[in-house]
Amino acid sequence: MKQTPVIEAARLCIGYALRNGKKKVVHPGLELRLYAGEVTCLLGLNGAGKSTLLRTLGGFQQALAGEAFLLGKPLSAFSPVEISLTIGVVLTEKTHAGGITVYELVSLGRHPYTGFFGLLKGRDREIIGQSLEAAGISHKASSYVAELSDGERQKAMIAKALAQQCPVILLDEPTAFLDVTSRIETMALLRKLAREQQKTILLSTHDMDSAIQMGDRLWLLEKERPMACGTPEDLILNGQFESFFHKDGILFDPSTGKLTATVPFNPIGVTGDFITSYWAGNALARNGWRPSPPNDTYVNVNCLGKRQIIITLPDKTSLCVNSIDDLIATIETLNANDDKRNHL
Amino acid sequence: MNRRAFLLYPLLALALMALFAGGLAYGAVPIPPESVLDILLGEEPERVSWRHIVLQSRLPQAFTAMLAGASLAASGLLLQTFFRNPLAGPSILGISDGANLGVAVVTLYSGGSLSRLADLPVSGYPAIILAAFVGACAVLGLILYFSSRVRNNVMLLIIGLMIGYLASSVISILNFYASTDKVHAYVMWGLGNFSGVSLAQLPLFMLCSSGGLFFSVLLIKPLNALLLGESYAANLGIRIKRTRMAILLCTGALTAVTTAFCGPVSFIGLAVPHIARLLLGSSNHKTLLPVTLLIGSCVALLCNILMVTPGMNTILPLNAVTPLIGAPVIIYVIINRKNIQYFN
Repeated sequence: MKQTPVIEAARLCIGYALRNGKKKVVHPGLELRLYAGEVTCLLGLNGAGKSTLLRTLGGFQQALAGEAFLLGKPLSAFSPVEISLTIGVVLTEKTHAGGITVYELVSLGRHPYTGFFGLLKGRDREIIGQSLEAAGISHKASSYVAELSDGERQKAMIAKALAQQCPVILLDEPTAFLDVTSRIETMALLRKLAREQQKTILLSTHDMDSAIQMGDRLWLLEKERPMACGTPEDLILNGQFESFFHKDGILFDPSTGKLTATVPFNPIGVTGDFITSYWAGNALARNGWRPSPPNDTYVNVNCLGKRQIIITLPDKTSLCVNSIDDLIATIETLNANDDKRNHL
Repeated sequence: MNRRAFLLYPLLALALMALFAGGLAYGAVPIPPESVLDILLGEEPERVSWRHIVLQSRLPQAFTAMLAGASLAASGLLLQTFFRNPLAGPSILGISDGANLGVAVVTLYSGGSLSRLADLPVSGYPAIILAAFVGACAVLGLILYFSSRVRNNVMLLIIGLMIGYLASSVISILNFYASTDKVHAYVMWGLGNFSGVSLAQLPLFMLCSSGGLFFSVLLIKPLNALLLGESYAANLGIRIKRTRMAILLCTGALTAVTTAFCGPVSFIGLAVPHIARLLLGSSNHKTLLPVTLLIGSCVALLCNILMVTPGMNTILPLNAVTPLIGAPVIIYVIINRKNIQYFN
């Protein structure tokens, strides 16, 4: 069932060779596999080595030890031109391309294919057109890069990587600095490219929500421990997520897939209509409850619809509220009464 | 293809021809245009001295201005793209200061024949050209050495500036101990002029500078890739180290040759690339470099004409004129940088 990985490495040691012959090891031994048709998200705190790993896999710097294999061939055996034909990158580096048009920017992606003066042939123009189209930025083709929004700029850079016609695309924090809609758009675009064009996509991000939601596979990177790889759900269910992000005062809540300052302890049963119960759970979690499967021993919330939410107490008395606001207010009063009773 | 380029090429070619003709027809000694034409067509002019002035002085001067302007402008453009700094120019890397130092050593501390520089004896001039070239190449060598040690281009730029200051400091010390007439001769050289290249030296100058200009045209493709920054360029298959060397060598050679023959000419290298980008509305070097060369030639020829004070038999120093054109351009660009695409 499992296909062969496009990029594969075992015991890959990443870091920097210093001038005095010493080495600064960022991570001593990484095991990794990247598959075609998938979006893999690399998560990790600052300093974990996300950029170093991307730079190593992108051929920008040498691994200190071990070898990454790209399409079965050691990465160090690739010439600069071969790399440019195999791995397209989208970086956080500031560009000075404001004075050229989006079309010209994307046409730079044809550099590995064009001749000495970079003149475009018919085939190149065709591919540039397709790349602009696939990245959803063809309507801006004749705009200056300077006139683009951050999200559009990111799409243009992705189109550039597409014009390179590489099987692998590496992106360094492509959604940083983007507003929430552009973030989702960018992630959706990358997923589409992975699915439709069988691209192998690896991106680093701090955006855990999008990664869990849209990533086919996650890599959790931290210093001095093996990298955790797997689908987001597996990593959440087997506790990897918790162990990676469990820091002083910060907790990963496996029931919501979010980092919080405190995980609410009081269980409350939430069931019913999917959307309403999801958001009811969200509101309850914010107010110190832990949404759980219904259980007779505690308060249960049954969401029949967004205007009809039934609260059932352990003593089987129930009351109906018609908004999340009322739900929270009611639960709070019940809780307060409960507290009073306990004190008495 | 840029629509403005189609308009600009013929317009600039016309302007170049007009300014070239203007340079031949107009000078400190009034010669009627018909006579100039006669002289060029090989006919005998009214006065024999006119023939000498047009063929021995104005013609080589116009050619020198044309090529020196193009060289300085190309050098400025290459440096601005390479350092990703709009205020980079030929004088900023210390290369012209190196030339100054070479000339200072020769003029201030050598035998009598060179001391009468104010009237530029031909016997002394080759020595000065050689000294300037050696000085410029020495600094260029230093810069190339540091470029292999320092990865960061801004740091390299600062090292260039510091080398320039060092050279200037040595020049000040030399000036302090030199005799007044020698200092005067050196100061005169430092004011720059396009009249220093005699008809006999012209072929050598033309060969050197057009060689450098041809070299710069070969760099169009990597220059465009460098608009995206070095990492992106490397990912497009550009060999960064080699390209750095090539760009530094090219600008160094262009600056060294021009400074050696014409003295340190200010502002043309700094301002012309900006004029070119503003007129062209593009940073794509495929059109930007040719337009920059043409405008560089035009501006130098214009400055050469403006040096002649109307109604008086005097000639202003070249470096008194170039800032009149260059400084306002730079101020305009800096003030409007938010609205100029290539800054964003």
